[in-house]
Amino acid sequence: MWMGPHATAEQIERAHVELGLDRPIPAQYGIYMSKFMRGDWGISIVTKQPVLKDLARYLPASIELIVFGMLVGFMVGIPLGILSAAKPGRGVDHASRVFAITGVALPSFWLAMLFQLVLGKTLSMFPLIGRVDLLVEIINPIRRITGLYVVDSLITGNFAALKDALWHIVLPGLTLAMYPLGLATRMVRTTMLEVLREDYIRTARASGVREEKVLTVYALRNALGPVLTVGALTFGYSLVSTFLIESLFAWPGLGRYAAKAIVSVDYPAIMGVTLLVAAFYVILNLGADLIQAVMDPRIRLS
Amino acid sequence: MWKRLYRAALRAKRNPLTVTGVFLVAVFLLLATLAPWIAPYPQDTWLVHPKERFNPPSTKHLFGTDELGRDIFSRVIFGARISLRIGTIVVALALVIGVPLGLIAGTFGGLLDEILMRVTDMFLSFPPLLLAMAISATLGPSLENAMIAIAIAWWPWYARLIRSEALSIRERDYVEAARAAGATWGRLLFRHVLPNSLAPVIVQASMDFGSVILTSASLSFLGLGAQPPTPEWGLMINIGRNYFLTHWWIITFPGLAILTAVLSFNITGDGLREILDPKAERW
Repeated sequence: MWMGPHATAEQIERAHVELGLDRPIPAQYGIYMSKFMRGDWGISIVTKQPVLKDLARYLPASIELIVFGMLVGFMVGIPLGILSAAKPGRGVDHASRVFAITGVALPSFWLAMLFQLVLGKTLSMFPLIGRVDLLVEIINPIRRITGLYVVDSLITGNFAALKDALWHIVLPGLTLAMYPLGLATRMVRTTMLEVLREDYIRTARASGVREEKVLTVYALRNALGPVLTVGALTFGYSLVSTFLIESLFAWPGLGRYAAKAIVSVDYPAIMGVTLLVAAFYVILNLGADLIQAVMDPRIRLS
Repeated sequence: MWKRLYRAALRAKRNPLTVTGVFLVAVFLLLATLAPWIAPYPQDTWLVHPKERFNPPSTKHLFGTDELGRDIFSRVIFGARISLRIGTIVVALALVIGVPLGLIAGTFGGLLDEILMRVTDMFLSFPPLLLAMAISATLGPSLENAMIAIAIAWWPWYARLIRSEALSIRERDYVEAARAAGATWGRLLFRHVLPNSLAPVIVQASMDFGSVILTSASLSFLGLGAQPPTPEWGLMINIGRNYFLTHWWIITFPGLAILTAVLSFNITGDGLREILDPKAERW
């Protein structure tokens, strides 16, 4: 693999020593960990580049996609959950419940293809693949500041590129939005129903506060805590989902890098991606717990 | 026992969503077991027909044919059989690892409990799909390895669940009485703690069928799970990605099958939980 398909036995032997494969497994692990701590995450077998450098290069594109998806998901999911809780058992409630359960059960890679088929090809509303059009990129090159095309083109006032980048993000972004949408709807509905039973809500209603204000101000504020946890959880989930859908959209992000690494058995890259995503997952969960503890004085950290 | 089941069925009847879910699960199980007799072209799991490539859906081929001329309807039905097998094996494997470990940790506590729980913490710090991917990528792509990988990512949940049950049960008076009467630890475990802490784990396990099917389909889509010519739904979509823009039926029906199967198991699971614990949230 490392030496190419026509390597001689002698070359393979040398590669074994070079890659440290002649050492016992625990020793290999020890070496990996000590280098890992010093910021040397190994060299990708496919790209022949340091894994850490590759990750830094591909991560922003994925972050952009995930943030877009989560924004859409929460912006639709939270109101849907409120509506659902406001009139439980009615039409809106049933519809949003079915919608929420479906959102969590959808195979994202299949949904991505359906979007491409219907919205991309048949209706020609959105581009099928890529982050920006090649032509747009040549005429209006995006200066790389954060690596997020939408942010970078906005900062530099490059509106032609901004429009094109937004155009390209819609299909993969919508695909990723489904899961947070379903989960947010469900969580907001459940916690809202709980909060709406509290005494202070009854007091607010009795003192003549309008129902919309009761829902969106009094109740929602106390129902948002769990949504934060969902946010952290879905971010980790979305990161893994990019593995499945980025290659479909030829989106040059972490997911496509990971999918390629998996297919070509590129262990250093697979390990790097896995550890990076796991780190994100743990840190975000911890962050959500801490913020929730700050917001809700009833929770005490032990 | 029968009286309780009957009452549960009565309660379920009031929730049409649950009834639909149970019905769909029943259809899924029926298709899976009777696949060779229901599928119009059972030999199409492996036989190719070069002349019949890319036929759109028709009365002869309800879901059309794929890039090798195989009947997609038959392959989707056989896919149900494979998904059922995956779900059963993975859940059973995860239970076999998780239940004894959780039981021991919860019943005896102490240092052993501490170690086992830190190990589960380690597993739980990865998103399950990611862990399954990493493990099956390491083991090499095959359906068997994918099932092992998913089970390895899954067992800590069961260990945790049964541990918390065991923790509360070991404080009950009847366990105390048994211990005072000089019961051996084996009798304590199998006779008193295990039977009384199993119920929530069984419910959880049956609910997990949907997630396991979705996870294995995702692995197959990445090329890590089932290998051709297995009629696995995720794999069918993976192969279809090269053709779907011109032949929509190739991916549409396997995907619908995944969605329906996962959805019906999830709905049934929610309903089951609601019936067994009426105080739980209603969905």
